[in-house]
Amino acid sequence: MSDILDQDTLAMLKDVMEDEFSLLIETFIDDANTRIPTLRKSLDIAQMDELMRSAHSLKGSSSNLGAISFSQKCLIVEQRAKQGDVKGLEGVIAELEADFKVVEEALKSHL
Amino acid sequence: MKESSKLKVLIADDTDSDRLILESIVKKEGHQVISVTNGVQAVEAYEAEHPDIVLMDALMPELDGFGAARQIKALAGEELVPIIFLTSLNDTDSLVRCLDAGGDDFLSKPYNRFILQAKIKAFSRMRDMNITMQEQRDQISLHNNQLLQEQMVAKHVFDNIAHTGCLDASNVKYLLSPLAVFNGDIILAAMRPSGGMLVLLGDFTGHGLPAAIGAMPLASIFYGMVHKGFSMVDILREINQKLKKILPVGVFCCAGMVDMDFTKKRIKIWNGGLPDCYVYGSGTGDITAIKSTHLPLGVLDDKSFDDQFESVAMNDGDRLFMWSDGIIESRNQNDVMFGEDRLKQTFIDNNDADRLYESIIDDVQMFMGLESSDDDVSLIELVMMPADHVTTKAKNLLQSSSAGLVEWAMTLELEPSTFRIFDPLPLLLNIVVEVPGLRRYSGELYSVLAELYSNALEHGVLSLDSKWKQSSDGFTRYYKEREARLEELTEGFVNIHLSHKTDNNGGCLLVKITDSGNGFVRIKAASDGYLDNVHNSGRGIPLVEAVCESLNYNDIGNEVEATFVWKDE
Repeated sequence: MSDILDQDTLAMLKDVMEDEFSLLIETFIDDANTRIPTLRKSLDIAQMDELMRSAHSLKGSSSNLGAISFSQKCLIVEQRAKQGDVKGLEGVIAELEADFKVVEEALKSHL
Repeated sequence: MKESSKLKVLIADDTDSDRLILESIVKKEGHQVISVTNGVQAVEAYEAEHPDIVLMDALMPELDGFGAARQIKALAGEELVPIIFLTSLNDTDSLVRCLDAGGDDFLSKPYNRFILQAKIKAFSRMRDMNITMQEQRDQISLHNNQLLQEQMVAKHVFDNIAHTGCLDASNVKYLLSPLAVFNGDIILAAMRPSGGMLVLLGDFTGHGLPAAIGAMPLASIFYGMVHKGFSMVDILREINQKLKKILPVGVFCCAGMVDMDFTKKRIKIWNGGLPDCYVYGSGTGDITAIKSTHLPLGVLDDKSFDDQFESVAMNDGDRLFMWSDGIIESRNQNDVMFGEDRLKQTFIDNNDADRLYESIIDDVQMFMGLESSDDDVSLIELVMMPADHVTTKAKNLLQSSSAGLVEWAMTLELEPSTFRIFDPLPLLLNIVVEVPGLRRYSGELYSVLAELYSNALEHGVLSLDSKWKQSSDGFTRYYKEREARLEELTEGFVNIHLSHKTDNNGGCLLVKITDSGNGFVRIKAASDGYLDNVHNSGRGIPLVEAVCESLNYNDIGNEVEATFVWKDE
């Protein structure tokens, strides 16, 4: 579990957010759940800009919640979208989708 | 200035969870938060709320962070609004774009509470300093404007006093920067009631208002006293005493004063602290240097003040030059001074006396080259010429619109103890010119009073023989004798009676002077040419006769009555 979420980051967030910590977790999960499908959609219609932006945004918000390895996968998608390197990108996105399920479960356990 | 601990922070981020975290961190520090989700909203919120600090995501829909930052910086103008870019951008190009757009700093994800708090504190301090600096800058600029305005007022007052003189006279050329009074330089010139010209060139220590302050009373005393007929020595003493009294220690006035007599072709010159003044013989090309032999004005008290002046003969066309040390201390690009040797060389090289003044200025300017600034150079040339060639448009400062004396009479009787130390002429002239209609005749009236008084004193009370004055030996004897007899005198008087009446067209001043002398000698003298002899000692009785309506002696000859008639203009 500790590989999936950075505990120090979460501890700091709990301290800062206090009562709003749950709201933060829910907001992040809602946001990610709307953005992740756009990754696949953008790739399908070859909207590289849109793909890059979504991956960038997910990378940032997930890093803020301590989901470090998930964030690093987002970075890979962002960079390959930027370079137009789509070969095997679908596979990376599929991995990312699977990873998010794990992150989501881990976050929910903190609620 | 607002309380620096509580700030208004604008957060622009389109990712809800990121924004939530920032809001919490910022609120926890006690700051007020305004949240928006794109660049357009960020610009609108900036205009509406005027936040102190902006936290700006780089990539946002509508208008991205770069564009929003640019617009906000443009709206802020010279106000410092720190913009911190929120970014996980890690390529150099993107960071450069943030800076180009006006970004002041970055905050990278994942956000760290302590780093963000430290950044907000640092920028808040920077903003406070910026506000303080701008307030101080505005204050300095305000003070500077005020100072300039005050200087303009001071200059205006000063010009009104100083420019009443006769610097426009046909025998005068001078150079003085318009703001010279603030360099401490001053040039004053006025015609004496007797027809001579009195000129002062002064150089106060210091610059700015402190240097200008002494110039006001100096000019005021100078013009006031010259017009009332006081002598150069009296005026020097009065100025010295006044300056000594009002100026702080260390502030004084290096000055040269010259009294030009166009009739006798002589100048009296007093130099206290100025560089050598030059008398230039136009025919011979000779230079006579008049060295400073006195301390500047405003240093010594009246008792220690030395009013000894030099007397120099000048032919028509000869020139006197006076200058402040600005001309000698003018420096070129290599910081070398113009110096007295170069100045002297200009005189030696000159072959046209009429162009000498211009040559001096040209040579100084040529020497200084690009460094040229006439601000500190004050210079005056005075040419000796026949009295009737000296013309000026100058008006007497004494002229005022207020009414003065109309019909009146007065008697002043002087006794031996007074003769020795007191010259009654300034006093008498002062009273006479209180009649508005007589003001414009102050020169003529001075001559009449001076002639009749000195005749009464010298030939009447002191029984001096005017024939002595015919030879140059006798001239010296005459004045030695005059001094000796004055010293020994225990009895005698001169009674001066003045009365003034007006009529429809103007008025009539009666001057009656009676003395204790043996008047019959004078009658006898008059019959065998006494009046002719008076010619030799100056303008004399014929001048009195020329300006007066009548001039009569009594039978004994110790009383003279002159009537001076004036008409309304």
